Amino acid sequence: MKHFTKLVLGAALGAALAGATPAFADLKMGVAAEPYPPFTSKDASGKWVGWEIDFMNALCADIGEKCAVEEVAWDGIIPALQAKKFDAILSSMSITEERQKTIAFSNMYYNSLPVLIGPKGADKDISPAHLKGKNVGVQVSTIHAAYAKKYFEPAGAVIKTYETQDQVNADLAAGRLDYILADGVTLDDFLKSDQGGCCEQKGAVPYDEAIFGVGVGLGIRKEDTALQAKFNKGIADLAANGTFAKITEQWKLTGKLKLPGAK
Amino acid sequence: MHLFAAAVPLWTLLSWGDQGYGDELFWGACHTLEISIFGYALGLGLGLLGAVGKLSSAGLLAKGLNGYTTLFRALPEAILIMLLYYAGTDALNGLFALVGIGALQVSGMVAAIVVLGAVQGAYSTEVLRAAIMAVPKGQIEAAEALGMTRFLRFRRITLPAMLPNALPGLANLWLNITKDSALVSLVGFTELALATQQAAGVSKRYFVLYVTAQAIYLAISQTSIAGFGWAERRLRRGQRGPVAVP
Amino acid sequence: MRWEWLPDYLPALAEGLLITLEVLVVSVVAGFALAIPLALAQVKGGYLARKLAGAYCSYIRGTPLLMQLYLLYYGIGSLFPLIPGARENLMWLIRLDAIYYVILAFTLSFAGYEAEIMRGAFLSVPGGELEAAEAMGMSPGLVLRRIWFPSAFLKVLPTLTGEVIGQLKSTPLAFTVPVQDLMGVAHKVMQDTYRIYEPLLFVALVYLALTYVIVQAFGRLERLVPQRRSV
Repeated sequence: MKHFTKLVLGAALGAALAGATPAFADLKMGVAAEPYPPFTSKDASGKWVGWEIDFMNALCADIGEKCAVEEVAWDGIIPALQAKKFDAILSSMSITEERQKTIAFSNMYYNSLPVLIGPKGADKDISPAHLKGKNVGVQVSTIHAAYAKKYFEPAGAVIKTYETQDQVNADLAAGRLDYILADGVTLDDFLKSDQGGCCEQKGAVPYDEAIFGVGVGLGIRKEDTALQAKFNKGIADLAANGTFAKITEQWKLTGKLKLPGAK
Repeated sequence: MHLFAAAVPLWTLLSWGDQGYGDELFWGACHTLEISIFGYALGLGLGLLGAVGKLSSAGLLAKGLNGYTTLFRALPEAILIMLLYYAGTDALNGLFALVGIGALQVSGMVAAIVVLGAVQGAYSTEVLRAAIMAVPKGQIEAAEALGMTRFLRFRRITLPAMLPNALPGLANLWLNITKDSALVSLVGFTELALATQQAAGVSKRYFVLYVTAQAIYLAISQTSIAGFGWAERRLRRGQRGPVAVP
Repeated sequence: MRWEWLPDYLPALAEGLLITLEVLVVSVVAGFALAIPLALAQVKGGYLARKLAGAYCSYIRGTPLLMQLYLLYYGIGSLFPLIPGARENLMWLIRLDAIYYVILAFTLSFAGYEAEIMRGAFLSVPGGELEAAEAMGMSPGLVLRRIWFPSAFLKVLPTLTGEVIGQLKSTPLAFTVPVQDLMGVAHKVMQDTYRIYEPLLFVALVYLALTYVIVQAFGRLERLVPQRRSV
C-alpha cells in the first residue's frame, strides 16, 4: 500500500517516456486514419497500402529519409501538422489557395477529376439546378465539400457532411443519399466494389481551379522550407526516372491520374 | 441480394491474420486497455495531488484546483479531448523544450493517455477528497499524538483508511475511462473504436463489426465490475459493518 | 486567436444550438419514460423480464455511446441494401434524417442509466406504504401511480440534475453522423476556416452556460418540491 503513489507516478512517467520518440529518427507522414482506396487504406493484415503509400516509400528512398505513417483524424489533420504531431501531410490533399493561407505544399504529385456518382439509371443530368432537393454527400474539409457549398447548396441541394469517405459511400449504398461528389479515382474503386453495385458515375463536374486547386501535394509547415525543397527535388526525380508511371501501372491507374511532368 | 453472396463469411471476417479483422480488433482492444490503464493511473496521481492540495490549502492553490475540477467536469468530454489533444501537444512540446529534452515528438498514444488522464484527474480529485474527508478524525489525531510526521500520517493512516471509501467511486471512474477512451478515435488514435471503424470501412460490414466491438467493450466492463467487487470485499475485510446506534 | 468568422456563422450556430437542445430535451423526457418500465421490470418482473431489463442496462452502461450511435446509424444503414425492394417500398425509412437516429440512440442511453437509478429508488420505498395502499383496496396500477412512483421520483429528483448534465455532455457526439447540431456547425467552421481552437472554445463556452442554466433551473425545481428530510 505504501508504494501506491510511487507506483502510480512511476507508471505514468514510464508510459510518457516509452512513447516519446526522438524526432530525428523518422520523417513522420500524417495519413488520415480511414480507408481511402486506392491511395491509402489499411488492409486486413493491418498494413497501410495504396498508390500513395508506394509513392511515399519511393520518395523517401530517393531523398534518403526513413519515413513512417502517423495516423490522424482527417478533419484535424492541418491543426495536427501545426501541432508538430508529424512532419508532412500525405493524404490526397489538394493544393488550394485557401489551405495555402495556413500551410505550405510541395509540388503536386498527382491530380484527378472530381466526379458525381449516383444510383444506376437514365438520369445523367448533373447541372446544379437539377440537383435541387437532392441529398448530396461529401466528406468534411475537402475540396468537394467546398465545391458543393459554392455550387450545389445555393441551387437547393441538401449537402450532407461526413467524417470519412467510406461513410459517405456507405450512405449512398444505403439509399440515404442521391449523389456523392468526390475524387473520381477513389469513387471508381467504390463503384467496382460489391457495395458500389448500386451506383454509377454521372460525370465530372466543371473544374473550378479556385476551389479544386492544382493537384495533390504534401502538406508541410510554412517554416519547413528545406523539407519543401527536398520533397520537390524527390518528386522531380521520380517523375524523371519513371517511378510514377511504374507505381501507377501497378495500381492499374494508368490514364486516370495526371502525374508530374506529364503534359 | 448480390451482397449476401459476395460477402465473406463471418468467421473469415473476424478471423486472425491477413484475411480477417480479428487481430486488428484485438490490438485495438489492447490499445483501449493501455490508454485506459495509463490514463487512469495518471488521473489517480493527479487526483491524489489535487485532493491533498484542496484539503490542505485555502489560498490560490485551492482556488486553482477548484477551477480545474469544476471546469473539467462541466465540459463535454468529447470537446475537452479534442481541445487538449491539439493544444496539449503544443504545450507538452513546449514543456519538453523548456526542460531541455528538446526535439521530442509526443506520440499519439502519449497524447491520448495525457488527455484522458487530465480529464480523469478532475473526477479523481473529487472522489478522493470525499473519501479522505470520510476518514474519522480521531484516527488521524491518534496518529498525531503518537508523534507521526504529517507525511507518515498520510501514508500509514489516511491513505489505507480512505481507500475502501473511495473504491466505489474509483470503480465508476475506471468504467467511465474505458468508455471515454473511444472518444480519442475522434482525433485519430487507433484504439478499438477506430480500429472497428477502419475495418468496417474497408469490409463494408458495419453491422457485424460494430456488434463485435461492443461485445468486447461489454466484456471489459463486466470483468471490471466483477474485479472491483472482489477488491472491495477484500479491502473491507476487518471493517465493522454498519453499527446500530443505540 | 481569430474570431472574425463568428458573425457569419452565428445564425447557423444558433440553429445548431436549437437542435442540440431538442436532442437533449426529447431524449431526457422519452428516456425517463422508458426507464420506468425498465426499472419496474427489474424490481417486480418475472425471471425473464428481470434478466432482459438487467442485460439491457448492462449493455447501455457498459459500452461507449459513440459505438451505440454508430451501430444504430451506420450499422442499420448497411443492412438496407440487403432488404429486397427496400428502395421501392421503404424509402421513408431509409430517408429518415440522421437526427432521428441521434434522438433514438440518446433516448435508449438515458433510459439505461436512469433505469438503474429508478430501480434503486423503487426498492427504497418502504414496503409498508405499498401494503397500506393495497389494504385500502387500490389496484396495483393505482398504487404505482399514486404512491410508489411519486415517492420514488422524489428520491431521484436530486440526482436528476447530474444525470441531465451528463446527458448534455454527451450531445456533441451527434456530429459524428450527418447532423448539424451545435458541434456539427462548429465542425463546419473548422472545415471552412482551418481554425480549430476558436470554434471548439466557443462550443465549450456555450456548454458551460447550458450547464449553469440547468443547475439553476433544477435547483429551483427541487426547492419547489416540499420534502421532509429525516436525518
